[in-house]
Amino acid sequence: MNDTLIGLAERVRQAAAAKAILRIRGGSTKQAMAGVISDAATLDMRAYSGIVDYAPSELVVTARAGTPLVELERVLAERGQCLPFDPPRFADADGRLAGTVGGMVASGLAGPGRAAVGGVRDYVLGVLLLNGRGDLMHFGGQVMKNVAGYDVARLTAGSWGALGAICEVSLKVLPMPVATTTLRFDMRQAEALESLHAWAGQPLPLNASVWWRETLAIRLRGAQAAVESAVRRLGGEVIPPDIGGAFWEGLRDQRDEFFIEARAAAQRENSALWRLSLPPTTPVLPSFLDTLIEWGGAQRWIVAPAEDTLVMHRAERAGGSAFRVSGGVGDGAGYATPLAPALLAIHRRLRDSFDPHRVFVPGRPMRFQDS
Amino acid sequence: MPADPGWASSAPPGVPVSLPPRPGEPPRAPDASVPEPVRPAVGQQALVDALRDVVPAHALLWRGEETTPYECDGLTAYRERPLAVALPETEEQVAAILAACHRLGVPVVARGAGTGLSGGAMPHAQGLTLSLAKFNRIVKIDARARTATVQSGVRNLAISEAAAPHGFYYAPDPSSQIACTIGGNVAENSGGVHCLKYGLTLHNVLQVRGFLADGSPATFGSLALDAPGLDLMSVVVGSEGMLAVVVEVVVKLTPRPQVARCIMASFSDVRHAGDAVAAIIADGLIPAGLEMMDKPMTAAVEAFVHAGYDLDAAAILLCESDGTPEEVDEEIARMEQVLLRAGATRLETSANEAQRLKFWSGRKNAFPASGRLSPDYMCMDSTIPRARLADMLLAIADMERKFGLRCCNVFHAGDGNLHPLILFDANQPGELHRAEAFGAEILELSVAMGGTISGEHGVGAEKLNSMCVQFSDAERAQMLALKTAFDPQGLLNPGKVIPTLHRCAEYGRMHVKRGALAFPELERF
Repeated sequence: MNDTLIGLAERVRQAAAAKAILRIRGGSTKQAMAGVISDAATLDMRAYSGIVDYAPSELVVTARAGTPLVELERVLAERGQCLPFDPPRFADADGRLAGTVGGMVASGLAGPGRAAVGGVRDYVLGVLLLNGRGDLMHFGGQVMKNVAGYDVARLTAGSWGALGAICEVSLKVLPMPVATTTLRFDMRQAEALESLHAWAGQPLPLNASVWWRETLAIRLRGAQAAVESAVRRLGGEVIPPDIGGAFWEGLRDQRDEFFIEARAAAQRENSALWRLSLPPTTPVLPSFLDTLIEWGGAQRWIVAPAEDTLVMHRAERAGGSAFRVSGGVGDGAGYATPLAPALLAIHRRLRDSFDPHRVFVPGRPMRFQDS
Repeated sequence: MPADPGWASSAPPGVPVSLPPRPGEPPRAPDASVPEPVRPAVGQQALVDALRDVVPAHALLWRGEETTPYECDGLTAYRERPLAVALPETEEQVAAILAACHRLGVPVVARGAGTGLSGGAMPHAQGLTLSLAKFNRIVKIDARARTATVQSGVRNLAISEAAAPHGFYYAPDPSSQIACTIGGNVAENSGGVHCLKYGLTLHNVLQVRGFLADGSPATFGSLALDAPGLDLMSVVVGSEGMLAVVVEVVVKLTPRPQVARCIMASFSDVRHAGDAVAAIIADGLIPAGLEMMDKPMTAAVEAFVHAGYDLDAAAILLCESDGTPEEVDEEIARMEQVLLRAGATRLETSANEAQRLKFWSGRKNAFPASGRLSPDYMCMDSTIPRARLADMLLAIADMERKFGLRCCNVFHAGDGNLHPLILFDANQPGELHRAEAFGAEILELSVAMGGTISGEHGVGAEKLNSMCVQFSDAERAQMLALKTAFDPQGLLNPGKVIPTLHRCAEYGRMHVKRGALAFPELERF
């Protein structure tokens, strides 16, 4: 077994014995979201890096947690393949896209393609997990269909360290689309949402959408013939490929104008950036300071005054949930939609079994379990 | 197909039925794996008395002749009679039944159509079978949101039928789709012949609602694309009724493709056929379906459906494209080129829908066709990396000689999911035992090749021993702990899916990972 892996397992066992806590870190690009606890020692996964296995004809790649996402994508691109759910790579403090494979799975965050192609958990086939006892365990595997035992591998997607440290991941990958075209429309929010619902119900190669400040952009992806016929059918302004490509990349990594402005405003402490996850057909919500809509209406980014306590309430009333990504007042109750009591009890027992000594400090989206 | 009285009312055509016990032979209940807490057995009378208070008399069965039809699922070799069967009609009744069983410590086995192939719905001798058959209402088709809200007893195909007027369908299509229920699909994370492109049940379900073992309500997933907390839905789907009882499912609907066409390709060598599968994927194509049949299977289905299959081919591939007419033309042309380059000896491409359905008719009838070849057969369900398909076929040919039994092969080749059908005659002394040993060897080789013992049929009661080969003690202990997190008393479908350490120790096979024993540095024996 790899020495680095043995060392990581040993660190966890020692921490468990000493009743110490560990913060799992990769590229440190999601610290704001994870809500770092500064006095915790870190379990640095960057040392465990590299692609373990890649067979393009199997559509499966296995990579170590510390592998930079840009590195994984470069290797896939050489063979004409990709992670179709556009995981955000985020920039670190120095502006480098430093996000890692482990961080991608642990956060479960996906980008513009999510609504059309599925999210992180849909592409996770297997993991090597280091639990809070220091046990290394394989779940899932490297094949597409696998119903042997519970699908613990997919459960780690979006677990923010609550179940342990993700050490290796096997992911389903897909061929890069043959053709991509970006279309732009001038539309008010209600009209944009209606158009997206109507288009999504037709056999169109609609792959991504975003609405912001009276403009709707959509990305079409698929066979050349399918994209061309959709362009003829939908109209709109065709955006040149280089501009379109850069636009979606910026949105994906949350480096575009909206996110820069929203985070800057949140920094000044007079507003907060919220992420709302909603049933896509949720009607236009009452106006906030700013709104950006992705995933055909299912993901809405809201900039609201810091003291606005209604954002979460509105999301929940629509059958969705809200999470305050940055800004706002305090980090106590009120930054995330709480879990139903029955589910909270399951979460607590899962934590008891995966990390009985509470070695790992999970990220903020998972912290309710310890409350 | 072997006759099976227990299936008479519900067995649909086309659903395989494996061997029933011979007259005079006791039904073979597998020895339970023991995540079952020690608890005093509750008598039938006590259970019936408790349930009479919460369900109407007609919804409760306990006399022998009433419960016999429930003694097995599609794996008829494993039979057990439950203490009672409840057929609740409302969610309140489901909750009250679970609460009563929880109070008494009585195990509960949820059941849909009973088409499962691994004994997952086999009753518990001291337990209640909870049939969701009356939860058969399509609650809502939301064309704008492209979702269907259905009760768990709704048949898979009924969802597509209800969605058809809106131009949609429900994509996962297990072969038993005319009979199997969405609740059962959720339990098994069912696939089908189109899951390479359209995904498994998990990928097509948004929200699952039901009750925990104590009768408290729980909702997993949401109508949004994610929900707060851990993604518990991803373990509830595929949990074989061991984590929760599902009463309602919200599924995604998919716009019906305008057109679909299928290529039937012949190969003179199984290795060429296996390599062609890898070549198609390597070329960047994701077929809507990619299936393989070997020569004995082709002969069997041709005799059954007369579809004009190439009987000289060593293996046949069915390769399908769907989408807009332009898209399909483009893809079919590329597929034909790749197949020819890979050594296909004959190609036939469907010119119309009738011909396409004819190509598929044999594949879809592989199981009943096998039933005509042999008194009994056993269906395996492992998954291996696609590149090893030919190796596996050749290894199975060796095993046929070793065990003195024939085997027909159908593969969901695009997913690497194998369905070898081992033919035997249970009336011949020793044949059943040899067939079981044959099957176990296929599963162990699958794990050694980097695959898994079950691709879509589930572990159930059937493959507990093989779980010992695929997972280490720590991994199985962690899965048992996960079960306990949902169901602390271990009352939902106990004894299935995850074998205990004790059972694995008795089975005596080593945990094997990718061809290597775990911790090879340790001395053994």
